[in-house]
Amino acid sequence: MEDLKTFLIQKVLLFESDTLASETEKVLQNVRRDRTNVPVIHVTYNSSSIIAGSDKTLSAIKSYIADNQPSSEVVTVGCAGPANYEPLVCIQMPGKNRLFFRNITEEKVEPLLNGVFHSDINEDDLLGQSGEKGFGLWPGIPFMNELPFFALQKRVVLNNCGCYDPESIEEYIARGGYRTFVKTIRHYTFEEVCDIIERSGLRGRSGGGYPTGVKWKQALTTPSNSRYLICNAKESDPGSFSDRAILESDPHRLIEGMAISAYAIGASNAVLYLKSDCNHALERFRKALDMARDFGIIGHNIYSSGYNLDISVKVEPGAFVCGEETALINSLEGKRGMPQLKPPYPTASGLSGKPTVINNVETLMNVPLIMQNGPEWFRGFGTEKSPGTKILAITGRGRMSGVVEVEMGTTIRTVLEDIVDGIRDGKDFKAVQLGGASGTFIAEEDIDTPIEFEAMREKGIVMGAGGFVVIDDSSCMVDLVRYYMEFIRRESCGKCIPCREGTGRMLEILESVIKKPANEESGTTLERFKGVMQLETISQVMKDTSLCGLGQTAPNPFMSALRNFREEFEEHIFDRKCRANVCRGLRTFTINVEKCTGCTVCAGKCPVNAIYGTRLQPFFIVEDKCIGCGICYDVCKFSAVIVK
Amino acid sequence: MAADIDNILGKYRQGRREELIPLLQEIQAAHGYISEEAIVRVGSHLGLSTTKIYGLATFYDQFRFFPAGKIHIKLCNGTSCFMNGSKAVIDRFREELRIEPGQTTRNGNFSLETVTCMGGCHHGPVIMINGEYHIHVQPEQVPELIRRLKYIIDND
Repeated sequence: MEDLKTFLIQKVLLFESDTLASETEKVLQNVRRDRTNVPVIHVTYNSSSIIAGSDKTLSAIKSYIADNQPSSEVVTVGCAGPANYEPLVCIQMPGKNRLFFRNITEEKVEPLLNGVFHSDINEDDLLGQSGEKGFGLWPGIPFMNELPFFALQKRVVLNNCGCYDPESIEEYIARGGYRTFVKTIRHYTFEEVCDIIERSGLRGRSGGGYPTGVKWKQALTTPSNSRYLICNAKESDPGSFSDRAILESDPHRLIEGMAISAYAIGASNAVLYLKSDCNHALERFRKALDMARDFGIIGHNIYSSGYNLDISVKVEPGAFVCGEETALINSLEGKRGMPQLKPPYPTASGLSGKPTVINNVETLMNVPLIMQNGPEWFRGFGTEKSPGTKILAITGRGRMSGVVEVEMGTTIRTVLEDIVDGIRDGKDFKAVQLGGASGTFIAEEDIDTPIEFEAMREKGIVMGAGGFVVIDDSSCMVDLVRYYMEFIRRESCGKCIPCREGTGRMLEILESVIKKPANEESGTTLERFKGVMQLETISQVMKDTSLCGLGQTAPNPFMSALRNFREEFEEHIFDRKCRANVCRGLRTFTINVEKCTGCTVCAGKCPVNAIYGTRLQPFFIVEDKCIGCGICYDVCKFSAVIVK
Repeated sequence: MAADIDNILGKYRQGRREELIPLLQEIQAAHGYISEEAIVRVGSHLGLSTTKIYGLATFYDQFRFFPAGKIHIKLCNGTSCFMNGSKAVIDRFREELRIEPGQTTRNGNFSLETVTCMGGCHHGPVIMINGEYHIHVQPEQVPELIRRLKYIIDND
């Protein structure tokens, strides 16, 4: 092991020429497992596949190997992309291409491995093969990158994810990693790195789209004796997981990205600000950091370049608002995570008053690639104004879900229809929600918008950090808006009044819309109408006057839903009807006289005594009294209660 | 417990304000919650008033001020789980255990917590019981699940 380490440092990292010696390449091929002499089994092992049961799959595979094929190797890899195929198992037989199998739960392990080791492959769970045509080809089996899910993606940033063991720095170096960083600190000045990134046109991937190179230069030109780089891995939008997937699948490239970026702004301290509850990602990143320290990639006077760097990890203590730059800095300083007025921007006065650059995980993941291949290469992807790719975390009701990467300029329709492959369970498409809790809903008519900063801004669509939620007609838009508003209201920090009060009022009004008033006489009915008319005004005031992005964008889900699905809101308000049958408070219940046996159970349980009847005769529900709680529906043993 | 806190405080000798959150996180990791005693000691170590520390700790969701139950149930309420019906599951847990998310039952057996995304979006609703995941949870399964958990506690 020690030999390999010195070899990798001397012959790879410190090797001056761009092309490595052929003997070195041979060693690296072995480290990368391009060709193997023993069967190698790769199992995805990250938080989403553990939820799907990959920890049990892994132990089942290990015990099978120990009993039957002790010469085989088992490797854990990160997330390969499709979350609905997890646990994903990839098997590489000697001299053959890798075969991918989907949904390999514990009980499927034995039949699968029996089949593979005796050349009788079960086609049901087989996804495809990866590798080259020619040598090692499995005839008649499709290639992974020809599957629709992968064919339309451009996996540049994610190309390592799911291919190597994230806990092995040797494999990352064998895949070309860390060479760019070493080259950068030895041959480029701070300004040159900033220049290259500026020329590449890389823009912040957290949603704002601010040019990264420009931001770095601002920090670099602010005179100071120390600077900080912060990697913002606090993606706390409900339902976004791409940063976590990256951290778990390719932590080393993130370290390399952070290291190059820290060098570019002349910072000797970098901080990873990680979301709480991501224990698996934290553990992997810490391990990766320790390995990088051991290889001397971070530390004091790195490879005699005179540059010092230390990377530390801080776990965010759980507040959505800490995704905002100034709030994040406050939280790192041990204060309440409340935002502050800008300017001064963090690039002028950030952490401890020093110039600080805060970049998102995805942005930093692009940096090593740009430094390695040059800005022109990067401009080859995407559009003129938004070069590069965009990572999306696809969730919701689509057939496929997971982490995908598409070229900027790909339309939302392509992602939805080809990569996600439509809606599952035969339901109809309703909307796509981009940008998390403060993002926008996109209906059918805007679905041809390309994913890039300018076109989306023109249409008033928020790109956000890449959450892509597919919504089908079984979801109620009003209820979804209420859900997001509930989330934002809980997370509002309370510093400025428009956000603190506005989110509360909006939630109150939305809650009154999704249930029937207790009785028609009181002022509640009037209040309900008054409230609805005020919703739009409140949204506008919040948008104009809130202090930070959280408050300014909080009305986004409501405003975009109202724009696209106005009739659904009106139905809730005027007809008290929920077309998706989600809003429990609006449901009407009737009793099927043919099925009702008159057992009196429902009448006894009804909290408002709205059910009348004679024992052993069919009962009936008085609609005006019914509050739609649904208890009668739940308790009826004869399915006589009908919901509408 | 006091010795534990001393150990942790010993790691943060410099006593700077920036160390407050990592300190509280470490105390919570060791004890499962932040006790009054811990806040007082952290206060004297960092030279901060206890109100300031309590104010900060209550601002963040991560910190809890009473012990978690023997069985800690985390319920995912991310967008995807919500669309797949997590609300009904959460409501069922609330009804069955008669506690709100963030609380612990009086006998100290169960505690509930809602989180915004665990990352198992295709398999929602996802819940985690003492570190073990359960996927595609339906509200009807909840009473049976709780019965089983109670049985485990009683026979422990």
